[in-house]
Amino acid sequence: MDVVSNIVEKSLRDAEKSITVHKHLDLQYDLGTLLAVDTNSLDLKSLRDNRNEYLLNLSRDNVQLLLNKIWELPTQQIDETLVVKLPPAKFVLPRARPVPKPKPLTKWEQFAKLKGIKKTKKAKLSWDEQLNKWVPLYGYKRAAAERERDWVLEVPATADPMEDQFLRKKTGRVEKVAKNELQRLRNIAKARNIKIPRVGVTHPDVSSSKDLQTSITVARSATASLGKFQDKLPKEKEARGVNELVPGSNRKRKLPAVSNEQERDHNLQIIDSVLSKRPKINIEKAMARQIHSKPVEQSEENSRSKPNTHGKRKNLKQKGKKPASNNNKVQKKGKKGGGRKRR
Amino acid sequence: MKRLSEERTKVLFQKLSQYIGSNVKLLIERPDGLYCFREQKDRVYYVAEKVLKFGESIPPEQLVSVGTCFGKFTKTNKFRLHITALNYLAPYAQNKIWVKPSMEQQFLYGHNVTKAGLGRISEATEKFQGVLVYSMSDLPLGFGVAARTTLECKHADPLAVVCFHQADIGEYIRSESDLL
Repeated sequence: MDVVSNIVEKSLRDAEKSITVHKHLDLQYDLGTLLAVDTNSLDLKSLRDNRNEYLLNLSRDNVQLLLNKIWELPTQQIDETLVVKLPPAKFVLPRARPVPKPKPLTKWEQFAKLKGIKKTKKAKLSWDEQLNKWVPLYGYKRAAAERERDWVLEVPATADPMEDQFLRKKTGRVEKVAKNELQRLRNIAKARNIKIPRVGVTHPDVSSSKDLQTSITVARSATASLGKFQDKLPKEKEARGVNELVPGSNRKRKLPAVSNEQERDHNLQIIDSVLSKRPKINIEKAMARQIHSKPVEQSEENSRSKPNTHGKRKNLKQKGKKPASNNNKVQKKGKKGGGRKRR
Repeated sequence: MKRLSEERTKVLFQKLSQYIGSNVKLLIERPDGLYCFREQKDRVYYVAEKVLKFGESIPPEQLVSVGTCFGKFTKTNKFRLHITALNYLAPYAQNKIWVKPSMEQQFLYGHNVTKAGLGRISEATEKFQGVLVYSMSDLPLGFGVAARTTLECKHADPLAVVCFHQADIGEYIRSESDLL
């Protein structure tokens, strides 16, 4: 009996031991994700001596603690099984994949961001005054409504009278769509960093003076000496951003070394050429003098004929005041005298 | 550090001759030794030969400044004078503007000179010619471009701009980090 009771006691103790685990620091639990974090330090000695056994025991204990926590939760019985409802998870799991990169902005989006332009939502339906009904923003009903409304089109004053305005409207729309598609592709190419070939000089109506300058600069370099001896206009500017098209433009040559005296003489030559180009008679200066001498002359004249002008002005004033009175010379004189007296 | 190309030398001298006319020659033909212009990172320096020799021993990437910076070339190959050139231009100036004490501060803060602040102006100043701006006590304050001829100035109304601001000695404080 003694033996039996001993064995029972021991097994009971074992069972007790297997359920309760003692830790210095409590574990941190997140039951929603079935997670327990053990912050206690490892026993380094036993870890070194028998690693596997130690780790096995440690994890068994921790799992035991986690299960103990789960058993504390309210249980339900569904279809003869015990079920625990886990609380919502607190722990934020790091994502397995890298965060997706933000979509590269299109050229318009970049511009809008820079200027602070915000997209405003348009109403899906708008009231049409002419047709007296609600017209959708797009779709077949919109097209039908437009067809109904634009049964006649005005010919603009600047347009060719024989031009078909309906056809023009149609082609304009097609062109708009094509342009949008081109811009879309351009945006994609820019986002993926693909080089698109230059368009070149397309059409005189479309191309700008910049395009012309580019083509001139590139064409000039198409000689055996890479355009070194080609003539230039006096104030002509080189096109920029064409280095890849102009051979030898990236090479920078250092000027040959000369003695300082030589350099000074050369500089003096340049100065002479600069100074000699200044016109001896400055036309603008002469013009300004001419223009400003006129008011001076006039003012001199005015001062000479001062009494006359003075009298005239007086007369005018009188006229303004009394337009009804027919003034003759005698009256004038009388008035003039009066004016002086007043002073 | 390199010599200016012929084209750039021309641009530089054209600019300088706007301010000091034929006196540009005097900057190069000096009795006290050889002086020359050198270019480093698009900035133009006026260097004595003596200093130049010392400067050449320093690798160009590490050289910040040598001699006196006169100004810089823009990307479009125009030349901008910096205020640091004032000391060399002031003695040779051909056209001058003297500003009243009330205008002095305005000008030193980077504003244009108006007719109201104009004390004196040298005779026969042309329109859009470079002028040196002085205080009434003959202290050079900076330089600008004449907006009107001397004759036009007489008839201008008090608020009309007489001289466009280009550089002033206030920049020594305002843009201390940019000046070399």
